[in-house]
Amino acid sequence: MMHDKVVRRRRAVLAVLVLLSLFLLTAYFGEGNGGTLHAVQRGAMEVFAPIQEGANRALKPFRDLFGWFGDTLDAKSDKKKLEAQNHQLQQDLVDAEEEKRALEQYKGLQEQNEQGGLGKYTPVEARVIARSPSSWYQTFQINKGSSDGVRIDQPVVNPAGLVGKVKSVSDGNAVVMLLTDPEFGVSATTVESAEPGSVGPAVGAPGDLRFELVPNAKEVRKGDRIITAGTSTSSRVSDLRSLYPRGIIIGTVSRVETGEGELDRVIHVQPAADLHNLDIVEVLTEPHSDIRAQAP
Amino acid sequence: MTVSAPAAGRLALLGLLGGIIELTTVSQISIFGVPADLSPLLVASVGFLCGSVPGAIFGFGLGLFVDTALLQTLGVNSLVYTAVGYGAGRIRELRDPAHALAPVAIGAAATAVATIGFSLLQFLLGVEAPVSLLLVRQILLTIVLNTLLALPVYIVCRRVLAPYLPDDPRRRRRRAYTTGGLSPLSKA
Repeated sequence: MMHDKVVRRRRAVLAVLVLLSLFLLTAYFGEGNGGTLHAVQRGAMEVFAPIQEGANRALKPFRDLFGWFGDTLDAKSDKKKLEAQNHQLQQDLVDAEEEKRALEQYKGLQEQNEQGGLGKYTPVEARVIARSPSSWYQTFQINKGSSDGVRIDQPVVNPAGLVGKVKSVSDGNAVVMLLTDPEFGVSATTVESAEPGSVGPAVGAPGDLRFELVPNAKEVRKGDRIITAGTSTSSRVSDLRSLYPRGIIIGTVSRVETGEGELDRVIHVQPAADLHNLDIVEVLTEPHSDIRAQAP
Repeated sequence: MTVSAPAAGRLALLGLLGGIIELTTVSQISIFGVPADLSPLLVASVGFLCGSVPGAIFGFGLGLFVDTALLQTLGVNSLVYTAVGYGAGRIRELRDPAHALAPVAIGAAATAVATIGFSLLQFLLGVEAPVSLLLVRQILLTIVLNTLLALPVYIVCRRVLAPYLPDDPRRRRRRAYTTGGLSPLSKA
């Protein structure tokens, strides 16, 4: 009997509280901002506000203490995240600069092929994948080989001009000899005076070229542009075709040393291509296509 | 438990101070990205210590205070905390758990009921918020955080209400064991 009474009382209290909550909820939700419950709430809040403000000030040190711990942990976490983000951004920047440089080189090659007329020699683009660290071996390796149509002695160019020629070929790679290699030589001519000659490396001066065997060397001046002649410079074999098509720029005359006689004149040529900074090059796989096309 | 006037006064003071500390300090400290919520822990502790009816009344009062102080829709927290206080009290009355970590489990369950119940009521009232993964994460983190705080809050509540409480289950059982089951309560 007593137990039933307790249970009834407990349930009644629960029911009253739930109903009261629901009534408050419904009435509050249903009335406007100027309603009675809202007004009571605002009034109560005005009573509580000073208490809350005082408590807020009194408990601020505790809050700050916890905040300090939290901020420290957050700062450490943020630091790690920002460091990782910084590394990622630096890597992205390097990648972007690399892509930009490659794009510029591709664009240059494209222009060279279209406007410079090298497109007819079936160029094969290749990336430099290795380079000889020794100044004695002026060679580098590219990622295209015989399977791409690359053969020995084919000319290699970049947007600036002639770079060298293919020295050896494997199935997927090739080794390119630079203009400045001691074994390199190419028949050439000046654009300004059309003086024929031969360009080869200046022995003992890495990076420098010499324009030699020039019949009228005195006609050649500093600043003259040197291009491939497309034929042999020898008068006896004047119709012998060169390895290189005509018109590829080799460099510019950087200095002319005068001697006692005409034959003592030494013409130095600065390569047009930056041979220390090669990334993307083109191999002209059909350097004589224009000759074949003109043949009857 | 019959709540005397002094006990009711202490409960009111506990609710008022707990509510103020919750609103002015605890709610402004984020741990794991969420603030702790002392209110369900207080209500559950009171319900667990005093029984279902005092727990429900205390929950209703604390909910009303929180709703009023925060200018929220009146009745939402009252309804939720009434259920929490009543439920915690009924667990005490029906199961009388003696394990030392029982308040922790009760606190976790109370927080879960309170946060999920509050969210459900908000949705029912037409608050247009998607049930996002972020919301679920926040609810779970609040439950985890409150679970860690449940025992200290329970200890504080027990200390405040100690003079008006019957012997706690552990002490009662310990006495029953040492006296061969001759505890007055075991006869009752």
